[in-house]
Amino acid sequence: MSPQIALLVLLPAAAGFAAWLSRSVRAQLVLLLGAALGHVAVVGSLWLHLPLPTPGALLGLDALGLLVLTLASIIFLASALYSIPYLTEGTHDVPSSPLRYVPLLLAFLTAMSLVALSRHLGLLWASVEATTLASAPLIYFYRRPGSLEAAWKYLLICSVGIALALLGTFFLGVAAAGPDGRGPGLGIDALLQAAPTLHPAWLRAAFALALVGYGTKMGLAPLHTWLPDAHGQSPSPVSGLLSGALLNCALLGILRFYAIDTASGHAAVSGRMMLVLGFSSLFFGAASLWGQRDYKRLLAYSSVENMGIIAVGIGIGGAATYGGLLQLVNHGLAKCALFLLSGNVLRAYGTTSQAGVRGAARRIPLTAALLGVGIFAMGGAPPFGFFVSELTIFLDAMRGSAPWIGAAFIALIGIGFVAMARAIFPMLQGEDADCPVVMGRRSSAHRFLALGPPAALLALVLMLGLHVPHSLDTILRSAAALLGGSP
Amino acid sequence: MSDIPDLLLGLLILVGLYMVSTSRLQACVRASALQGIVLGILPIALEWTHGIVPLSLHVITLSGGAIAIKAVAIPRLLLRSIREAGVRREVEPMVSLHGSILLAAALVGLAFWLGRQMTLPFPVGSDLLVPSAISNVLLGFLLVVGRRKAITQVVGYLALENGVFVFGLTLAQAQPVLVELTVLLDVLVGVFVMGIAIHHISRTFDHLDTDAMGSLPE
Repeated sequence: MSPQIALLVLLPAAAGFAAWLSRSVRAQLVLLLGAALGHVAVVGSLWLHLPLPTPGALLGLDALGLLVLTLASIIFLASALYSIPYLTEGTHDVPSSPLRYVPLLLAFLTAMSLVALSRHLGLLWASVEATTLASAPLIYFYRRPGSLEAAWKYLLICSVGIALALLGTFFLGVAAAGPDGRGPGLGIDALLQAAPTLHPAWLRAAFALALVGYGTKMGLAPLHTWLPDAHGQSPSPVSGLLSGALLNCALLGILRFYAIDTASGHAAVSGRMMLVLGFSSLFFGAASLWGQRDYKRLLAYSSVENMGIIAVGIGIGGAATYGGLLQLVNHGLAKCALFLLSGNVLRAYGTTSQAGVRGAARRIPLTAALLGVGIFAMGGAPPFGFFVSELTIFLDAMRGSAPWIGAAFIALIGIGFVAMARAIFPMLQGEDADCPVVMGRRSSAHRFLALGPPAALLALVLMLGLHVPHSLDTILRSAAALLGGSP
Repeated sequence: MSDIPDLLLGLLILVGLYMVSTSRLQACVRASALQGIVLGILPIALEWTHGIVPLSLHVITLSGGAIAIKAVAIPRLLLRSIREAGVRREVEPMVSLHGSILLAAALVGLAFWLGRQMTLPFPVGSDLLVPSAISNVLLGFLLVVGRRKAITQVVGYLALENGVFVFGLTLAQAQPVLVELTVLLDVLVGVFVMGIAIHHISRTFDHLDTDAMGSLPE
């Protein structure tokens, strides 16, 4: 194991422990920022030179892991910067214990890094469960009855869901075992190597359980019931992390199983299962966007929709796999940006109700402008990254044997976009005089920290639409190859 | 020698049925602790039937960890939550007690049928292992879905997790101890965090009914 990989886990863990011991929010913020910057720097060094994973080691990094890890790292840095004004100046709600925020956030980053780095399915499971445990107390950071309800639902539904994923993990171990009960165990490398000899019936059952289990945590409909509550009730930087980084970690759990199915030559059935759940989420997500009255829940349902798009892309296979993975990057960056911006709106208006926000273009012009840009980007308008990824999936589906898949795909995305635009744009227009002023103006440094991170994330989404950098392209292609897509 | 694992696995199903049929929360938690003890003995018993003497360090660690966490630490946490919250009984469950017992019997039957369908490709020392594991997964699910009290839902989650643990014993030899202990630790911390949430629920809502928390829109 290379020292960088150990550092990715140890750095946030140590900083989190130090923050837990510290009794001042200021010192905690220094630790948070230091760990976030250090994490991004180490991940950056891995892009320059990716050490080959040692076969059989518990931790290591391949293209899929690197993709999820990098996204988590960038989004964490953005959320950490945004958290500075958030914690120091307070919001409309008073948290009961502000000193818990930073240690939990860093524990969350540790767990997410472990998910991306795990080369053992048991360890992967334990890390995904650890992300649930670290993030649940963050959801009820403000001790409102609603956020308590959301945290309880999240804890129970996700824990039960991924207990099924553990059963699926054991099923995979059984599928790999020989007649004497000995087998390669649950190491990902060993399972990939033994893939052609796996027992097909147990393999199928294992994938179904993993899809349902990790799918619960990923927010695939109809298992998404916890998601709008948790994302709607969390502090905005936490919502951004949950939506932009955590959902991808759960998806990675499914993709590890999918990669083993691909290597075994039994991926056709698994792909169809992905396609069905993906379309179900796309449909539920797009339909639920209509009639939402709370803009944070609106963004949460849009995550359900996007997880569906990613699952559909990977389920179709071929070139669409690449599109699905690019969609994962786009969605992570853009959704985190939108949740951070929703925090600015919440601060200015003191409500998450869409009806309570009017004239945002006057009161918070920069936030409003970025919000408008973000909605267009997510809707798949050129020249943003979503346009490229959604078009890739659409074209591949039309080329395939069932063009109706492509038609339904693009229709649902259109329906979702109209619903989002109809909900958000009235908030930006109109007179803001009727809406009470809740908080005073921020200092310019704080305004910069509240606007800079989302603006930078949206700029990255724009860049992905204009040109996918060569190094990212290589990683996306080798990740797609692991999943049986065309490289 | 194979009667001992059979006995233990049968006992696990019976305790699971008892959990579903009782309305007293403390009894439910104690039953869960009993399952923890059985789970702790089970790996040793299975290894004996395989004729592995002396016991491997791996199995001793696994048994010790299971007993310490599932039979001691978690039940103590939950019993404390019950005392603090001052609740004793599950009233008006979503699925009535009589209904649950009938449903539970059907689920155990289903588990035996599934166990017959899914034959393991290798011998594991007892034919009851897969039916017992699936029974507990299904009974745990019934408790999570069918009950209103937060504590019963946690006990249900534990029963489900115990079922998964039993199934995992088929692979006990193939797994690193580190990973198994991490999984056990996750469950402990999970119940700890749930316990804190229960504490806040009982303070905020003045009771432990999770369905009263219906404030969030669909």
